Amino acid sequence: MAIKSNGLRGPAPSERPHPNERRNRQGIRIEPGSSGELQNRLATFSALVKHEPGVLSKVSGLFSRRQFNIESLTVGPTENENNARITLVVNENDTGIIQVKRQLAKLLPVIAVEELSRDAIERELCLIKIKNHFAQGDSLEELKELVDKNGIEILDIGDGMVTIEVRGGQRDIDDTIEMFDQFGIEEIARTGTVALERGSKKTT
Amino acid sequence: MSKSTNTNKEKKPEKTGPKTGAQAVVASLEKAGVEVIFGVQGGAIMPVYDALYDSKLRHITMGHEQGAAHAADAYGIVSGQPGVCIATSGPGATNLITGLADANMDSVPVLALTGQVPTNFVGNDAFQECDTIGVSNPVTKANFFATETESVGDVVSLAFLLAKEGRQGPTLVDLPKDVTIGEISNWEYKPPELPDHVEIPSVADEEIIRSAAATLIDAKKPVILAGGGVIKGDACNELYKFAIEFEIPVVTTMPGIGAFPEDHELSLKPAGMHGTGYANMALTHCDVMLAVGTRFDDRLTGGVDTFAPTAEIIHIDIDPAEISKNIHADYELVGDAATVLMQLYKEMGSKPEASEWLDQIKAWKQEYSIEYGERESDGKPRPQYIIEELCRATDSDTIVTTGVGQHQMWAMLYWTYKKPRTWVSSHGLGTMGYGLPAAIGARFAADDDQKVICIDGDGSFLMTLQELSVAVREELDITIVVLNNAGIGMVRQWQDAFYDHRRMASEYPWVPDFSKIADAFGAKGFLLDDVENVESTIKEAIGYKGPSVIDARIDPAENVFPMVPSGGANGLFALTEKHLEEL
Repeated sequence: MAIKSNGLRGPAPSERPHPNERRNRQGIRIEPGSSGELQNRLATFSALVKHEPGVLSKVSGLFSRRQFNIESLTVGPTENENNARITLVVNENDTGIIQVKRQLAKLLPVIAVEELSRDAIERELCLIKIKNHFAQGDSLEELKELVDKNGIEILDIGDGMVTIEVRGGQRDIDDTIEMFDQFGIEEIARTGTVALERGSKKTT
Repeated sequence: MSKSTNTNKEKKPEKTGPKTGAQAVVASLEKAGVEVIFGVQGGAIMPVYDALYDSKLRHITMGHEQGAAHAADAYGIVSGQPGVCIATSGPGATNLITGLADANMDSVPVLALTGQVPTNFVGNDAFQECDTIGVSNPVTKANFFATETESVGDVVSLAFLLAKEGRQGPTLVDLPKDVTIGEISNWEYKPPELPDHVEIPSVADEEIIRSAAATLIDAKKPVILAGGGVIKGDACNELYKFAIEFEIPVVTTMPGIGAFPEDHELSLKPAGMHGTGYANMALTHCDVMLAVGTRFDDRLTGGVDTFAPTAEIIHIDIDPAEISKNIHADYELVGDAATVLMQLYKEMGSKPEASEWLDQIKAWKQEYSIEYGERESDGKPRPQYIIEELCRATDSDTIVTTGVGQHQMWAMLYWTYKKPRTWVSSHGLGTMGYGLPAAIGARFAADDDQKVICIDGDGSFLMTLQELSVAVREELDITIVVLNNAGIGMVRQWQDAFYDHRRMASEYPWVPDFSKIADAFGAKGFLLDDVENVESTIKEAIGYKGPSVIDARIDPAENVFPMVPSGGANGLFALTEKHLEEL
C-alpha cells in the first residue's frame, strides 16, 4: 500500500495562536513556569460499611485499580453487628484525598466515609520479636529498663527470643522499631491504625 | 417445543404467582417493565430460562454473550431504561464482561443476570464455575451474589433500579442454581427502594450556582461542553434553552453527540483527538467553560497541561467523584443535569457579552472546515462521502451505531446528529465489534419507523460477525455499512505517524467478501466499489426490509483528520500527515 497524503485544509499548528498558560497534573491552572506539584500528606479515613461478604475485596480492589497510595487498612466489627468499620491511612495530595473519599462513598456497601480530624485518636498495635542477647543476666535488666521507660510490654521471653508489644500512634511505633533495630529485629507484625474522633464528635 | 420468542406458544395453566426463585427473578423483570432480554442459554441459568418459557418477556438468543451485553447496552442508550442481558455461569459470565466494562465506562444502564453453580459447589472449582462477582467487581456499578431463594426477586429489582438511578451503569446479579430452583413460600413483588444511605443528588448548592452564574455572565469567551450525562439525564431541552438564550457555543464529547443539534449555528460538533478543529480551538481559547455530565476523558482533553488552560471551569455532574478527578473544577455543581441547568438559568440575569468570540468561532468554522474535497480516492468512494450520503438518505430520527476505529471517527465527523439517543457507540472502552450487536439492541428499543444503521469497519465487523444470524432470524430491519479498508486502519494510521510506517499486524492480506457473507447468512449483500453507485446502493440497501450489508471498498491509505496525537495539545491538532511530522 502506498503512503499518500490526504487531509484537510487549514493553518498548520505553528501558524495558530496558542496560549502559554498551563495546568498541573491534577488539572489545576498554574502560574506559567511553576511546576505546580502538590505535596502528599497522610490522611486517615474512617468508613462505616455493611458487615457482609465481599466488602473488603470491593474496597481493596478500588484502591489497587485507582492506584491510591495506601499506608494501612484495618477492618473490624462495631457497636452495631450489621456494620463494620474500615480505617484507612493514605498518602496522597489533596486532589487524591478528595478522590479517595468520593470513590469510596460510591461503593454500595459503604454507608459513610469521612476523613478524620487531625486531632483524632489514632492507635496501632505492634509485636516485635528481638534476638536473644537480652535473654539473661544484666542485659535483661537493660531491656526491662528500656521497656518501662517507653511503656512497652514484654509478652514472651525464651528460646533465644524476646517478643514485645508496642501501642501508640503510627509514629510512636516507627520510633520504637528504630530504637530496637540496633538489637536485631527478627519479626514484626503491625495491626495498622484504628481511629476515632475525640470527645462527643461522631466518627462517621 | 422450540421457543425463542413469544410466538407459537402453548397455553399453560394460570399460575397465581412465582413459586420458585427463578420465577421470582422473571416476575421482577416483568414488573420493572422489561420487554426484551438478550442472552445465551446454558447449564446453570436453565432454571431462569425455564421460567421465561411461561413469560411474556421476549428473549433474543444472541450468537455470543458479548453480543448480548452490547445489545443490552444499546437498548439502554436508545430507550433510557436498563437493557437486560442473561448468560450462564463460567464462560457465559466472562463473555459478558467486555460488554459490561463498556457499559461501565460509558455509564449505560444495563442489568446482567448470570447463572452460577449451586451454592454448595461454589469455591470448589466446579464445572463452569467462575468467581463472577470477583471478575465483575471493577466493571459494574454494583453487583450481588444471590444467597436466598426468598429474596432473589428483590435483589433483581434493586439491581435494575440501581442501574438507572443517579449516574447510570451496569449492575449484575449472580444466581446460583440452587437459589433459582428453590421454592418460595411467601414472596410478592415490592417496588424496589434505594438503601437508606444511598442519596441521589438533585439540586446543586445555591451559593455556588450564584457565583458560577456571575462568572459566566462576565465571560468574554464562553463555551458549553456537553457530555453524555446531558443525554442520560434527559437534559437536552434545558441545555438547548440555555445555549440559545445566552448565545453560548456548544462543543460536545463523543457520548454527548446528539445532546445539541449539530445543524445549529452554535454547534461546534465534538472536540478531542479526532474532534473538529473549531471545537478544539474553542476549548483551547475559552475563558469560561460550562461542562455538563462529562468525565474529561483523555481522548477529549488531550494533554491535561494544555487543556483549556485559560478557562475557569463550571462542572455539573451527578457523580461528585467525576468533579475535579481529571480536570480541576472552579465551581463544583453536584446534581441532576436538567435541574442544575435550570438553577443556573434562573441566576443568569443577562447573557455574556461575547460577540467578538462568536465572530472568532464563525471564522474558525470556515478556517478549519472538515470539508474533505474529492468524492473518490484511488478510484474508490471515500468514506466521508459515503457517510454524508447515508446521512442525506435518512431522516434525523435514524440511529447510527458504530464499531471502533477510523470508520467510527468518520461517522462522528461526517454525519449530522440532530437528536439525542441517535448516536450509539463505544467510547470509553473502545470495543471493536460493538456496532453489529448494538444495532440489534437499538432496533428493539427504536420505534418501528426509525431506521437503524451500523457503520462498521472490516476489523470491527469480523469480531462479532456471528450476530448477523440473529438479525436474520429475528427479521430485523438494519443496514450495515462496512467501510472496508482491509485492515485495522486506525492502528495503521498510528504506525505511519508514530512507528515509522512499520505496519505490524494492521493490514489484512486477505479479507472475506462481506456481501457474500451477508448472502450466506440470509441477509442482503451489496458490493460497493464505484463512487457512481454510492447513492443508488445506499438507497437500495436502506429500502430493503431486513438486514442488509454493504461491503464498501475504500482506499486503505485514507487517514482520519483532524488528529491530536495522544497527550498532545488540543489546539495543535494536525490536519495533514505533514502537520503530524511537525508536532
